[in-house]
Amino acid sequence: MPKKFMIFGQKWSCISFCGDSSSTTTGSASPVPNSYEYVEGGGYSGTSLQYLAAPPTSVPAKQAPPFGYNYPTMHPAYQQNPAPRPDSSPSHGGYNPPGYQPYSQPFPSLSELSSALGGLGGVSELEAETLRPVNLLQERNILPPKYTPPPEPNLSNDLRKVNCSPDTFRCTLTNIPQTQALLNKARLPLGLLLHPFRDLTQLPVITSNTIVRCRSCRTYINPFVSFLDQRRWKRNLCYRVNDVPDEFMYNPVTRSYGEPHKRPEVQNSTVEFIASSDYMLRPPQPAVYLFVLDVSHNAVESGYLNVFCQSLLDNLEKLPGDTRTRIGFVTFDSTVHFYNLQEGLSQPQMLVVSDIDDVFIPTHDNLLVNLKESKELVKDLLNALPGMFTHTRETQSALGPALQAAYKLMCPTGGRVSVFQTQLPTLGAGLLQSREDPNLRSSTKNVQHLGPATDFYKKLALDCSGQQIGVDLFLLSSQYSDLASLACVSKYSAGSVFYYPSFHHVHNTAQSQKFQKDLQRYLTRKIGFEAVMRIRCTKGLSIHTFHGNFFVRSTDLLSLANVNPDSGFAVQMSIEGSLADTSLACFQAALLYTSSKGKRRIRVHTLCLPVVSQLSEVFAGADIQAITCLLANMAIDRSISSSLSDARDALVNAVVDCLTAYRANGSNIQPSGLITPAALRLFPLYVLALLKQKALRTGTSTRLDERVFSMCELKCQPLLQIMRMAHPDLYRIDNMTDQVTHIHTGSVIPQPHLLQLTAEKLTREGAFLMDCGSVMFLWLGKCCNETFIRDVLGYPNYASLPSNMTEIPELQTMYSERTRAFISWLLESRTFHPAFHVVKDDTSAKTSFFQHLVEDRTESAFSYYEFLLHIQQQMSK
Amino acid sequence: MSLTTVKGILISTLIFPRLRDNIIAFDELKTDYKNPIDQCNTLNPTVDRVKKIKRVRLALKLVLPEYLIHVFFCVMFLCAAEWLTLGLNMPLLSYHIWRYMSRPVMSGPGLYDPTTIMNADILAYCQKEGWCKLAFYLLSFFYYLYGMIYVLVSS
Repeated sequence: MPKKFMIFGQKWSCISFCGDSSSTTTGSASPVPNSYEYVEGGGYSGTSLQYLAAPPTSVPAKQAPPFGYNYPTMHPAYQQNPAPRPDSSPSHGGYNPPGYQPYSQPFPSLSELSSALGGLGGVSELEAETLRPVNLLQERNILPPKYTPPPEPNLSNDLRKVNCSPDTFRCTLTNIPQTQALLNKARLPLGLLLHPFRDLTQLPVITSNTIVRCRSCRTYINPFVSFLDQRRWKRNLCYRVNDVPDEFMYNPVTRSYGEPHKRPEVQNSTVEFIASSDYMLRPPQPAVYLFVLDVSHNAVESGYLNVFCQSLLDNLEKLPGDTRTRIGFVTFDSTVHFYNLQEGLSQPQMLVVSDIDDVFIPTHDNLLVNLKESKELVKDLLNALPGMFTHTRETQSALGPALQAAYKLMCPTGGRVSVFQTQLPTLGAGLLQSREDPNLRSSTKNVQHLGPATDFYKKLALDCSGQQIGVDLFLLSSQYSDLASLACVSKYSAGSVFYYPSFHHVHNTAQSQKFQKDLQRYLTRKIGFEAVMRIRCTKGLSIHTFHGNFFVRSTDLLSLANVNPDSGFAVQMSIEGSLADTSLACFQAALLYTSSKGKRRIRVHTLCLPVVSQLSEVFAGADIQAITCLLANMAIDRSISSSLSDARDALVNAVVDCLTAYRANGSNIQPSGLITPAALRLFPLYVLALLKQKALRTGTSTRLDERVFSMCELKCQPLLQIMRMAHPDLYRIDNMTDQVTHIHTGSVIPQPHLLQLTAEKLTREGAFLMDCGSVMFLWLGKCCNETFIRDVLGYPNYASLPSNMTEIPELQTMYSERTRAFISWLLESRTFHPAFHVVKDDTSAKTSFFQHLVEDRTESAFSYYEFLLHIQQQMSK
Repeated sequence: MSLTTVKGILISTLIFPRLRDNIIAFDELKTDYKNPIDQCNTLNPTVDRVKKIKRVRLALKLVLPEYLIHVFFCVMFLCAAEWLTLGLNMPLLSYHIWRYMSRPVMSGPGLYDPTTIMNADILAYCQKEGWCKLAFYLLSFFYYLYGMIYVLVSS
């Protein structure tokens, strides 16, 4: 079986709907249909005989023969190589001096090489830089000292200025290849990374009677359309000519008439429309929140209930919503409990349903109550809840029936269900068995049970998604709880998954603090209900696969029961036609949702990229971070559908193929060395980091639930978060000076350099900060600067430091202020606060720090240099 | 021979419409979005979803009868000691068994998972599978017809 990703899917004849680029305008058609049933996009429900027009022209996908996979074994070539790098094993400190001096001389025939590349004539300076050949075996310091922004597409200045922000919308190739053949030659995946509902500080909101869209392909008007004259505009996706409605001639910003190209829709690539009733199927739903809480003995023991109730009490006012907001609670152990919160009752009334085989709703009113009217009762309940179950002896958990009850309760309105679960469900529908064998946690062979054990949760999620109910799962367990099965309930209903392994309110304060902060964000963050997202692209491009949490309703339409600002999506694309007749390719993501205030809104993002015909240009425009994220998503799909080792081999093959393709392109490059274009120089490093990531690693002891959670995270986090998870940022912070700084909102932020993730960069005298996205480590060397410990951590010396510090105290020293300013600057861009650990070098906690040093060798995995040699060996096969 | 071939023909005629419907179902899944001109027909998410799931269910409903008929068919050939015909059908039979064994986790009968069916690779695979099987059944139909006429004439 070839261990490759099917990046390039199979072709199937398709009926192009925007093919008729006739420039005739039929004046009668209004750009917005009057039909009530009209939703975001143009679906087609006919029972037409379209299949007759689609003859079976299936072309089998081209696949290169698989490379052999003697992956963990070493080739003799490693031994033959002169001066191999002394491997610094992280478990032994590894403060060896860098063994890279022999390789640090600059690559000799640089100019020769670039001339050999061919096809470089006329490329811009920028491209020449990204195409500069880099010999990875010789250049050691390839990591940029600072965070580097993604490559800018090679567009004219006007277009570049209005293009969508890379934080929201990124493409793996900023130069789109003209044909599928060219894409196949480059051996890079083509795809989009989206973060559509991101919190934005500036967003033009447009209210107008008619939302201007193409009559044919329903694309929204965007900055990349061309106006033929005052009255007509030409679509950039299907090239159909459309009329400009009268209203559009008026510009509300400048209050002038007759300048359609100055409207905000045409000036911004990210806009939000207030939708009219055409975009509604039913009146916009109110914000409805249901909390489903585990109150079995295990749950009470962990003490999460206190934290949750307190957090909800604090944030009750801040829950997004309006006067119609409704709230409800369901608790469960071996029975399901409902709470009647009817206005006027003196105290909340608990209703117990013990028939879990056929769970029913005891009373249909008053279980979901208006938050405003029953606020006092809700507060009473939250105050009483932690005390109500303190002496429970119930150890069983009937999660399945509780979810069914939640579904029945929410059915008429839709909304958000937050489930808190602390153990394996043991009763009723959806009960699960323990599938993990602890002895196999660190096996290098295949990892079993990455997929669900039952389809109960998936079916329930699909039902929920149909009724616009999103389910978010909080799993706080110390034992195996089969997250692989449980996560399905969120995966297909567009929810999110949170996991706190070995949560305990006293014994594990770091987790407890993280849970508290996450809840704070979770309860107060923006939310969109009954959402759909459609992604449209220039004719010739088509969507291959989606990655993220949603239900795919049609080839380009995602159904999202809830949408939250913290989830990202990835889309794999393929090129079905030729893009030769166009110089720009456009992608448009439109998200139609109901805001918590009951408004129907459409958020539209448009990205425009140049189309190129040269292979070298494709390489020049590669966005390595986006490629890594897309590959991670593909690898996770592969590891669930096939096996983990398949996915790992496919990842290695992705690098090998790409570098082989690059070598084949520049024909007379000397065969020694591992040459990459500068744009892709981090590719092997990032893939190695992915292979050592919790989700995909083998050989290192990893609990199954943690692995599955890591997979969920990779699938639904936005790009930057994924990158930090895979390849954390390492800084030395004990010698930060004010020299290298950056002024940010009035305060001075020191800017230490990014360090490579290897133990040789650590020193006994230093303090190092590692930022892994959801967790941060501050590692202190044994001989760490005493001033630093005293001024920043508030302890007299290294020996007196406790081993479980989880925060930096606020001290009034300059040292401390500088450090805290830097950390809070790091935290600024993210929405969830990471857990913080101070790691002393002589404690056992240091393994969790050292396992992130991906460039080092471990017992079961390659070091970076070995990995490069492995790739080189695979390429020469 | 004649009895089995007659049965074979009957059964083949039974399989055809199911298989064709199957292919149509996949094709509709794939192409249904591609008619935005027909704006009055634009979809309502719930209706759309019901239809989509119905189509998947249609495919589900078609799978088992097809497999059962084919198995029945093979048993009949076995009884009639039609070794050549049986041999021709064995690969498909074993394919069916393999396909059903490696289906996604599901509590009910069926092959297709509504959450993964929209993946371009899987959809293309299912479509190709449908066309190949249609061709196979068509060819075997004519083969059985030929066999029946041959027996009738020679007896």
